[in-house]
Amino acid sequence: MDVLRITFLRIVYSALLLAAVVVLNFVMIHLAPGDVADTIAQSMGGADAEILAQIRADYGLDQPFIVQLGQYIWKVLHFDLGSSYYYNRPVTELILERLPATLLLVITAQTLALVIGVVTGVFSARRPNGFLSHLVTIVAFFGHAAPVFWTGILLLIAFSLQIHWFPVGGMRDVTVTGGFWAHSFDVARHMVLPVFTLSTTFLALYSRLCRASMMETLGSDYVRTAKAKGLPMRSVVYKHALKNALSPVITLAGLQFSAVISGAVLVETVFSWPGLGTLAFQVIVARDTPTILGILFFSALIVIAGNLLTDLVQRLVDPRVRTGQ
Amino acid sequence: MELRRRTFIGAMMASTMLVRAGMAQETPTKGGTLIISQADGTPRVLNPAVQSGTGTGLPGTKLFATPLRFDENWNPQPYLAEAWEVSEDGLQVTLHLRENATFHDGVPITSDDVAFSIDVIKNNHPFKTMLAPVTSVDTPDPLTAVINLEHPHPTLILAMSGPLMSIIPKHIYGDGQDLKTHPRNSEDVVGSGPFKLVEFQRDEHIILERYDGYWEDHLPHLDRIVIRILPESSGRTIAMENGELQLTAFESEPTVIQQLQKADGVTITNDGYGGIGPIDWLAMNTTRGPLQDKRVRQAIAYAIDKNFILNALLFGTAKDARTGIHPDSPFYNPDVPTYEFDLDKAAALLDEAGFPLKDGKRFELNIELPGFPGYRSRTEYVKAALAKVGIEVTVRSYPDFASWADVMGKMEFDLAWDNVYNWGDPVIGVHRTFISSNIGNGVWSNTQGYSNPKVDEILALAANENDQAKRKALYDEFQAIVAEDLPLYPVNATPLYTAYSDNVGGLPKGIWSVLDPMDGAYLKA
Repeated sequence: MDVLRITFLRIVYSALLLAAVVVLNFVMIHLAPGDVADTIAQSMGGADAEILAQIRADYGLDQPFIVQLGQYIWKVLHFDLGSSYYYNRPVTELILERLPATLLLVITAQTLALVIGVVTGVFSARRPNGFLSHLVTIVAFFGHAAPVFWTGILLLIAFSLQIHWFPVGGMRDVTVTGGFWAHSFDVARHMVLPVFTLSTTFLALYSRLCRASMMETLGSDYVRTAKAKGLPMRSVVYKHALKNALSPVITLAGLQFSAVISGAVLVETVFSWPGLGTLAFQVIVARDTPTILGILFFSALIVIAGNLLTDLVQRLVDPRVRTGQ
Repeated sequence: MELRRRTFIGAMMASTMLVRAGMAQETPTKGGTLIISQADGTPRVLNPAVQSGTGTGLPGTKLFATPLRFDENWNPQPYLAEAWEVSEDGLQVTLHLRENATFHDGVPITSDDVAFSIDVIKNNHPFKTMLAPVTSVDTPDPLTAVINLEHPHPTLILAMSGPLMSIIPKHIYGDGQDLKTHPRNSEDVVGSGPFKLVEFQRDEHIILERYDGYWEDHLPHLDRIVIRILPESSGRTIAMENGELQLTAFESEPTVIQQLQKADGVTITNDGYGGIGPIDWLAMNTTRGPLQDKRVRQAIAYAIDKNFILNALLFGTAKDARTGIHPDSPFYNPDVPTYEFDLDKAAALLDEAGFPLKDGKRFELNIELPGFPGYRSRTEYVKAALAKVGIEVTVRSYPDFASWADVMGKMEFDLAWDNVYNWGDPVIGVHRTFISSNIGNGVWSNTQGYSNPKVDEILALAANENDQAKRKALYDEFQAIVAEDLPLYPVNATPLYTAYSDNVGGLPKGIWSVLDPMDGAYLKA
């Protein structure tokens, strides 16, 4: 019952949040000087005032602001995100076309960062002054400090230009022929660099946090009791301490989910990954209001879903959350 | 892949038929996939009849044929039209179409389609001056189209080439839907050119495949052209260096150009950009403050060291440009007043104009930093250079193109770097900047507010003059007047380069760079 009530409240809050995302961004885009008619003119190498006026009339941009906002909200309430000004296609279609690529990138990167972060964190917590611990600290600082686009370009120079291991961009090589496995291998090959770039930043965070939290847990009384009664160290660490130590890592992972998505915008742009990030970058520059809002709407949905999922996992791992103690 | 060797005679015939390929050195290889890219992102649509620009033009010129093509000496050559003639009075242009040309669905291309396409372009294409004098198109028989003109219109011949006059099928687009938003502009495209559309994946690639029904039996050489969408210049450069890409075009960043020049097995050239004809200039708003005085504008030009911009900021990648007409154009006149760097002359002109130096300062101006990349160093240079003659310049920057274009379109600026394309004929891309009837008519109009009745008169005459020599004389005079009046200070032809791997042959040698059918391109064995 409790779960249902909390989930219901969550959904109500989420709906309010989505409404705020839409309205605030609509206002912000509108406040900026210039509009999509200018960027269409740019893509065409110029257009006179008459053509600009025609474009504005076609998309209703000549209407008063409040009318435009009202019309947009009315459409969203009817599950219609409108049509892209720039591409002349339904926004939902444009987004759904790219969503799988982004989810593939984001989920793989987040999972990889979590798994490697936790494993290295635990190892270095057991020997806080060992070689691995220092290595993790250095890599973590580096990964967290370096901007993703910089890491991305460095990796490209190293692994695409110097040694031809991985392709420079995109998700598929159109010259690859063969069945499902050949294509899967091809996509995997294209994924390596972007996933690595995106995960390094978060890997660093998770690893550092896991190390600290594990060290704290290993110093607590119940761990000492477990050791005193003669349990093997492996059992103490993985059966008793890890569950407690993971709790803050999971919380952070949930909070970081939105950061992973915004990081994906940069990574996708550097690697020409055909996902939502690349689309977002293009349509923001093009002032394609319906598509920008559609992407923000979907991103907000993904973040909300991610946070909800984090809560549920938290409850599974840590019984204290369930009972509210 | 089957390699078919051509006999010597076959190769000779191929090279004569392929006029713009010139003398073929190697025997072109049949088949293969050419992977190319360019600086633009995903094009809005693939149909150049309703959308101009290089993004649409790159796939569009392969999908759709035009009546004519242009060689590197700016001479028209047959393409979809085998022959053409202009009537004595210049009021009729007759096209004789080739007999065996078909659209990608097998339907023959007729004069009806030409008439339909011209009507669509006239009503939807943003370059209105291109076809404005066209009153009607007669179709006496399926292979003859007669274009009737209100007055002689020399621009028309060029406007029938490159990305400007794609012939589109009436039986597909004539269904009554609005052409600008027609779904077939980017899906299930039925074209008239040497390549047909296989797949258009936005942000990924456009796959084009050889059309077997193309009228030249042995063309195109390539099986496929894949246009990869790689808007990041670093990614394109590395892909050229490691061989993932075989060609990239419209490269304009000096550092990228230098890197590609150093790459092994890659040739880089700025040939073939005369048709597109981009120029960088410092726009000066002649309707505001001290800039209303011609002497102030000239003083600003004297205070700017053009050689510093060309050599230090652009690393010598750009050609000098002295007028609003591109240096590669047959109408370019280099013998116009120039402004060699001279601070004393600048100061004297400013004194003369009534702006003496007071406490080290004469007056203040704003300069707009364009919302597109590549102009920051030049903008900051102008600020530093003008400070030396006592003009205090404030740099105003913009986050993106739209916000900058808004200010330019409304003429709310003093100085601004601008980048404007000729698009082949002065009537299309040059007149718009200088005629007084186009003042403040959106971005890339006469945003300088320049008005000179003499210039209006010369340009009106040049637009109607079919005699090439007389027309050239008119444009020479125009360029001299404008270089004196100086509503804008032209500095350089925007560096645009094509880089290609050494294994690519038969690349277009016209005025439209890769905005060409590319039916003669091949991969060397």
